[in-house]
Amino acid sequence: MAKKVSGAEAFIECLYKENVEVIFGIPGGSLLPIHDELYDSSIRHILVRHEQCAAHMADGYARATGRTGVCMATSGPGATNLVTGIANAYMDSVPMVAFTGQVPTSMIGNDAFQEADITGITLPITKINYLIKDANDLPRTIKEAFYIASTGRPGPVLVDIPKDVQTAEIEFEYPKTFELRGYKPTIEGHPLQIKRAIKAIMDAERPIVYAGGGVIISNASEELRALAELALAPVTTTLLGKGAFPESHPLSLGMVGMHGTKYANYAMTETDLIIAVGARFDDRVTGKLDAFAPNAKVIHIDIDPAEISKSVSVSIPIVGDAKSVLKELIKGLIGASRTEWLKKIEEWKKEFPLRYDRSGKTLKPQFIIEQIHEVCPDAIITTEVGQCQMWAAQYFKYTKPRSFISSGGLGTMGYGFPAAIGAKVGCPDKTVIDIAGDGSFQMTCQELATAVLNDIPVTVAILNNGFLGMVRQWQELFYDKRYAATYLGTSPDFTKLAEAYGALGIEVVKPSEVKSAIEEAVTSDKPAVIDFKIDPEENVLPMVPAGAAINEIIDYEG
Amino acid sequence: MKHTLSVLVENKPGVLARVAGLFSRRGFNIDSLAVGVTENPEISRMTIVLEGDNRVLEQVTKQLNKLIDTIKVSDLTAEESVERELVMIKVVAEPKMRSEIMQIADIFRARIVDVSPKTMIIEATGDETKINAMESLLKQFGIKELARTGKVALTRGLKSVQEWK
Repeated sequence: MAKKVSGAEAFIECLYKENVEVIFGIPGGSLLPIHDELYDSSIRHILVRHEQCAAHMADGYARATGRTGVCMATSGPGATNLVTGIANAYMDSVPMVAFTGQVPTSMIGNDAFQEADITGITLPITKINYLIKDANDLPRTIKEAFYIASTGRPGPVLVDIPKDVQTAEIEFEYPKTFELRGYKPTIEGHPLQIKRAIKAIMDAERPIVYAGGGVIISNASEELRALAELALAPVTTTLLGKGAFPESHPLSLGMVGMHGTKYANYAMTETDLIIAVGARFDDRVTGKLDAFAPNAKVIHIDIDPAEISKSVSVSIPIVGDAKSVLKELIKGLIGASRTEWLKKIEEWKKEFPLRYDRSGKTLKPQFIIEQIHEVCPDAIITTEVGQCQMWAAQYFKYTKPRSFISSGGLGTMGYGFPAAIGAKVGCPDKTVIDIAGDGSFQMTCQELATAVLNDIPVTVAILNNGFLGMVRQWQELFYDKRYAATYLGTSPDFTKLAEAYGALGIEVVKPSEVKSAIEEAVTSDKPAVIDFKIDPEENVLPMVPAGAAINEIIDYEG
Repeated sequence: MKHTLSVLVENKPGVLARVAGLFSRRGFNIDSLAVGVTENPEISRMTIVLEGDNRVLEQVTKQLNKLIDTIKVSDLTAEESVERELVMIKVVAEPKMRSEIMQIADIFRARIVDVSPKTMIIEATGDETKINAMESLLKQFGIKELARTGKVALTRGLKSVQEWK
C-alpha cells in the first residue's frame, strides 16, 4: 500500500532506494524542504563552499568508486555554478546525478528571484535532464535518472525540482520497472565482428592496443591484460586510460599523444593494427589526423556507436561493453609470437626514455612525482590541469584502475582538489593526493574549509612555479617568450593559507626535503598542502606541437 | 546530397530543443524540419531534410540515436517513399490578373484559399520541385508572403518506420 508523503520525503526515499550514501551540496531558498528532510536522514550531506566543487566532488567520488556521484544545488546561481562540473563529467563519461532546486512551478518563466533555466542551460552537457512539474512523476524520474547516468556510456543527468513539487503530497511508491523506448545500450559485441577482429589480430604483424577510460568504467582491466598477453600486443593508454593496464608491465608503452612517450607515439605511427578499447581518438591523441597511424587497420570497441568513425575511419567496429567484448575476443585468440615487433619496441624504449635533468641542482617537478610514487605507490592520484597534470601522468607509474583521476576532455583547472575530496569520501582507506599547480589550486582552494571541517584528510602537492605553466610553455615555444598574462607571482603564501583553514602547510625548496614532506603530509591524518617551489621554467616534454603528426616530437636536446 | 530523415521521438517538452541544439552544436545544416504527433499521442515524428555527404549523415544518425528520447531514425532517401510539402503563397492579384493566376494554380492542382481586392492566397502541396516551379511562375505577379511547412514523408507500401514495439 502506497503511503502519503511530501515530495521532499519521497526524494529521500528514492535516494535510499538508489543506495546513495553521500550528497555534496549547498542549500538555498528553493531547496529548503529537501534539506529539512535530509536533516533527519542517514544520508551524509557534505556542505561545500562553491557548487562547482560539489559537482567535482561527486565526479571524483564516482571515478574512485565506480558508483554514481550525487551533487545538489539551489536554483539560479547555485544551479549555474554546477555547470562546469557537469560539463566536466559529461566529457569524461562520469556517472553523476545533479539535483537542483527550482522556483515554484507557477513562477517558472517569470524571471523570478534566483530562477535560471537550468534544464535549457545543461541540455548539451547532460545525457538527459528533467524538470519535474508534477510531484507524482518524482519517483519514476529519479529512478530513470540513476539508471541512465550509470548505464551505457555513463554521464551526468540533471533533475530540476521546483519548490512546490517538494512540498506537494503524493502517494509514494518506488517503481520497479519503467520503459525507455529510445534507450537500449548494446552490451554484447556482434559475433561476426568479433570473429573478424580475432582474425585481424592473428594476421597482424605490429598490433597495438590503445586503451581509454572506457576500460576503467567497464572494469575490464583484467580482460585487457589477458588480451594484450595473448596477442602479444603492446599497450598504450590515453590520459583517462591510465591505470587500465599496469605501467610496470613489459608490454606497457605508457601514454600516447601530445605528451605521451616517444615509444608509444612511434609504435602508434608504425603499427598495422590498432585495437582501440573505450577510447575516442581525441585530438590530443591523434595529432595531425592525416598522418595518424598511416598503415593501420582499426578495430574500435566502444559502447557509444557515435564515437566509431567520428574522427578516424574504422575497419572493424564493435559496439558493446569493453568487458563483454574483450571476454569474447580472448576466447578466440591463440597465443601469438611477435619477436621482431617487440624487439623494435624494446629498442625504442631504451633509446627514448622519459628524461629530465636529474642533477638535483634545482627542484624538478618530475622528481617530486617520482618521490610521491616511491612513498605511496598505491595512492589515488588526482590532478589539476596543465603541466602538473602531465607530469603526474608521465612520472607516476599507475598499476591499478581508478588510481588516476583527472579532467581529460574538458581540461578543468580547479578539478583535482575537490575530486580528491570526493575520492577520499568514497575510499576513506586510501591515501589521496592532488597533484596541483599554483594556478589551478587557487581556483578551488576554498574547499580546504570543507576538507578540514569534515575531516577529509587529502594532500595537495602544489608544483609551484609562479606561472600558469602550460600556457607559459606554449608562449615560450610558439610566442617568442612573450609571457602575456601568465605570471602569477609569489602570492599567496600557501603554507599560511593552509594553516588559516586549519590544514597542515609545508614548504619545500630543496630536493632533499621532498620525501620527508610527503611522508609528513600523508601520515598527518589532516588535510595537508605542500608548497613545492619548483624550477619555474621547467617544461613538459616530450611534446608534439598542436596540429603536428605524433612522431614529430620536441624533446630535451642531446 | 540531400537526405530525408524520418525520426520518431518521445512527444515530450524539450525534445525539439535537444534535436535542434544537436544540429547547431555539431555544425550540421538543416534544410527543413517538420514535426507533429503520430497516431500514438506519446510519439512525434520529425521529418528532417539535411544536406551532407555519407559521413555527415552517419554522424547525424548516430548522434540522433544517442538522444534518450529518440526512438527510431530512418533515412528515407534511398527508400521508396512519398514526400510532400505544403505551401501557402500570398500573391499580388489585381482583378485583371486573377484569371491568369487561377490558371497557374489550376495547372499545379493548387487551390485558392483566400481572395481580397488586391491579393490571393494559393495553397499547394507537392514535392519540392513542383513547389519551386509554381513559386517561380508566381513571382512575376509579386509575392507578398510565403509560408512552407517543410517536407513530411512516409515510406510506400507495408513497411513502416515504427518498430518501437
